[in-house]
Amino acid sequence: MSEQNKANIKRPNLGVEIAGIKLRNPVMPASGTFGYGEEYAPFLDMEKIGAIVTKGLSLKPKAGNPTPRIAETVSGMLNAIGLQNVGIDAFIKHKMPYLRTVNTPVIANFFGNTLEEYGEVARRLNDIPEIAAAELNISCPNVKQGGIVFGTDPQAASEVVTLVRKNLQKPLIVKLTPNVTDITVVARAVEEAGADAISCINTLTGMSVDVHTRKPRIANTTGGLSGPAIRPVAVRMVHQVVQAVSVPVIGIGGIARPMDALEFLIVGATAVQVGTANFVDPTAMLTIIDGIEEFCIDEGIDDIHQLIGSLKL
Amino acid sequence: MQNYRTKIISNQEISPGYFRMKILAPGFGEKAHPGQFVMFRVQRSLPPLLRRPFGIFRTGFLPADCDGLPPKEFVEIVYKVVGSGTSIMADLHDGDRVELLGPLGNGFDCTSRQGEKILVGGGIGLVPLYMLAGELIANGCTVRLLMGGRTRDDIFAVTEFERLGVETFISTDDGSLGEEGLVTQVLERKLQKYPDAEVFSCGPLPMLGAVHSICAASQVPLQVSLEESMACGVGACLGCVVKGAGHTDENPSYLCTCTVGPVFKSQYLDWSALGQSDNSCGGCV
Repeated sequence: MSEQNKANIKRPNLGVEIAGIKLRNPVMPASGTFGYGEEYAPFLDMEKIGAIVTKGLSLKPKAGNPTPRIAETVSGMLNAIGLQNVGIDAFIKHKMPYLRTVNTPVIANFFGNTLEEYGEVARRLNDIPEIAAAELNISCPNVKQGGIVFGTDPQAASEVVTLVRKNLQKPLIVKLTPNVTDITVVARAVEEAGADAISCINTLTGMSVDVHTRKPRIANTTGGLSGPAIRPVAVRMVHQVVQAVSVPVIGIGGIARPMDALEFLIVGATAVQVGTANFVDPTAMLTIIDGIEEFCIDEGIDDIHQLIGSLKL
Repeated sequence: MQNYRTKIISNQEISPGYFRMKILAPGFGEKAHPGQFVMFRVQRSLPPLLRRPFGIFRTGFLPADCDGLPPKEFVEIVYKVVGSGTSIMADLHDGDRVELLGPLGNGFDCTSRQGEKILVGGGIGLVPLYMLAGELIANGCTVRLLMGGRTRDDIFAVTEFERLGVETFISTDDGSLGEEGLVTQVLERKLQKYPDAEVFSCGPLPMLGAVHSICAASQVPLQVSLEESMACGVGACLGCVVKGAGHTDENPSYLCTCTVGPVFKSQYLDWSALGQSDNSCGGCV
């Protein structure tokens, strides 16, 4: 489409609202694939994307796992970074000054090793007025209770969300792990415990072996699989979660092209997160936003909400 | 740094398994420092999914056409075919569309403007030393390049290095070119002759570890360029970290190869940890 024609056509409304935050469009990065925003500032206009989602923050700085930490697999990658991050104090001191300059909602992703740590980080986030919302990562093991992953047990998930909800005075998005038998059970549990929105899916646990050395290809033995390889699984799970809860859902999993994002929107996601694709192309989100807009124009859609949840069964 | 959506000018095999690729990249040269790298996207379709990091061999301009247009600027990389990504690259032709992110990372510190400089390159590790040699010579330094390889196939661009004014010393494990033996043995001899030299090195980790030991024993300053697999190249994925000197489990120090490196002063690295890993990318930094 020529620029001239584009100017003459009424541009569709891509704005959506998640947990009370207004987004100019439904596209944002997935936590852990976009640093603290500033890393990607040389490549894309931060005021073109719907929101910025930070690397997962913990109470204390976290050094992460031994190397190798990443391995490419067929149309995907395994990672076991180990949630390396600067910690909430250094985040406020060194990372917030840049984020304050950007006129785009900032969503702080966070996690803890214990229930208490989750609660404490949530309280600390209240002190940062420019943080629009928090995204809670419950895919971590509870070190005080035998290492059971909070997000794989509806009871443990409910407990951590209840505590965080009590401590946090901001909209709360809960990010779900796909490594469960029935994701809708956990989705309902976190909704009842006070989640304002749900994002899914986190990475799928995977493993790859170097046949020559007979060692796992990443030092942690297993890692999280991401990238286009997981997309059909993610679309299925987002579809199931949308049916199971009434809070908005943010779809995540292998989105690399506009058509991929549209799949998630059609099954009912109100917004989407782009992860591994940011590594492949730092401008991937802009291409996806433009592509969604173009699709709407071509299909005669003047508001993105006409598309969201429009799946025909 | 910027993301170039561009095309290949030429892609030629220069030694068995080694290719050099010229890519159109306006404005690249003035931003690039010796030792920096690019993230190269092999093709738009999948797989491979991730970009591959490659050291910059050189930048330059094509001879002007008679069409009156300004000469075209290029960046040149040299890569070795080792896996699926580099195999696809070897089949690319001039005019093929590719994507290039760069220049990235921290290159060599070549601010010291005098004295003897010894460059030690093993195989594909010769790549980032070409721009470095050019810069050091422009600064008025004497540059000696020790080129090492398993066989003569691993030695390339000798004439080009010599045209810069570099004195070259070749050694191969099998003696098929130059002296038979390890490049590190040549380094030991050179350091006896030039004890005040500064050393710059790039190559496989076992070689770099030996170069580090030799330089540390002789108390000679050393900068090394590392290669690690990486997903993003810009400090976001944290996949390419190496352990810094003084790293302990209680007090961990992980440095991103992409943003803190790929060139490190060797005293800032934990060599006991580096010796255990095995890098085998095809010219990746």
